[in-house]
Amino acid sequence: MEVFIDIALLTLLCITAMAVVHIRKLFCAIMLLGIFSLLSASMFVNMDAVDVAFTEAAVGTGISTILLLLGMSLTNTREKRPHYQPLFSLVVVSITGAVLVYGTMDLPAYGDPNASIHHHVAQRYIKQSPLEVGPPNMVTSVLASYRGYDTLGETAVILTAGMALVALLGMRRRKVLPMSSSSGCGDYHDMKDHLVLRIMAKIFIPLILLFALYVQFHGDYGPGGGFQAGVIFASGIILYALIFGLEAAMKVVGYPVLRVLAACGLLLYGGVGVACMALGGNFLDYNALAHDPLHGQHLGIFLIELGVGVTVFAIMVIMFYAFASRRGHTA
Amino acid sequence: MIIDALDIVTAICLALGCFLGISGGVGIYRLPDFYTRMHATSVTDSACAFLILFGLMLQSGFSLVTVKLGFILLFMVLSSPTAAHALAKTAVQFGIEPLLGREDKR
Repeated sequence: MEVFIDIALLTLLCITAMAVVHIRKLFCAIMLLGIFSLLSASMFVNMDAVDVAFTEAAVGTGISTILLLLGMSLTNTREKRPHYQPLFSLVVVSITGAVLVYGTMDLPAYGDPNASIHHHVAQRYIKQSPLEVGPPNMVTSVLASYRGYDTLGETAVILTAGMALVALLGMRRRKVLPMSSSSGCGDYHDMKDHLVLRIMAKIFIPLILLFALYVQFHGDYGPGGGFQAGVIFASGIILYALIFGLEAAMKVVGYPVLRVLAACGLLLYGGVGVACMALGGNFLDYNALAHDPLHGQHLGIFLIELGVGVTVFAIMVIMFYAFASRRGHTA
Repeated sequence: MIIDALDIVTAICLALGCFLGISGGVGIYRLPDFYTRMHATSVTDSACAFLILFGLMLQSGFSLVTVKLGFILLFMVLSSPTAAHALAKTAVQFGIEPLLGREDKR
């Protein structure tokens, strides 16, 4: 049965990818990319990789669709026809694809117990992580404890990406125009008319924020964690900005606050590592944080997930602000 | 007997939900203008999702899964009419005229 689902999903993925390449309307392409992410997330669920699926659904389908739409609203809604013949690119891409397919011939079959990745450290993660680290969700213990350095690097990458985006787009201070209080982040339609949307947003935003907190602090026990929670929390703020206007959202969490928050998240992560060293362990060795190693691990994972969540949240909202505040100036 | 009845109700719910989903897809493809197509999607969004989730809730019994499905159901019930409303209202504001029947047939 799973094979049929996989085949159906892969077929749909291929069709969506083709359609994205083929279509010239950027709006449709962005929507199709969202569908592509959702299909990938379904495939990850089918592979029992629930945490990855969660991230893909939150980031790929949610935030990046909004950011791409905002980016599109700054430019044209239609892709320009290329001036060159795409034949050469097609040949290069076909050859690369063929080489990649040839490369997969050597890969072990999916789920093969004799594959080399299952004999390296995976055995220890599966057998020892409940005793060494503790959380019932093994993904969290691998991500936050065994592979704590990698996650620190990922968080740093997100912070760097956000800083680069701000450096490129610039966070200009919006002048208070006479019309600016009435318009949303888009000035093409007036959100004051959308009474239903405003009321529903008021119902939804607290629920979204609450769900983000649940995902953040329940990451030890179920799928979730700092990355997903940060994105969901950010989407609550973005919804607020879309419905009630950018100025209103900036009053809730302004850019200066976010800038500090983004740095503080990573600082908390690194600080936990340094605290571990100060208490006599290695960098990010949470055993040193408390008298009982398991308590130490629990505290360490809690703190670094919080750091990841805060950084991801701040960077996502900063990206939204950077695009949205630019809109008002160019239009 | 009770289990059997539950299974039958679940099967009916899922089958009806699937039918409505497919009919919504066909509707988007076949119907002539924006508003009729939107009607097709909102059938898929509300009724189809509701039936399928309700069918799954019947199968999961009294557990945490049922509660989670219930939350998803609540979310769908609130969000999809809102989305449909926003879409239709924006279309009206943009001046998309609904397609009316031909003069001689009215």
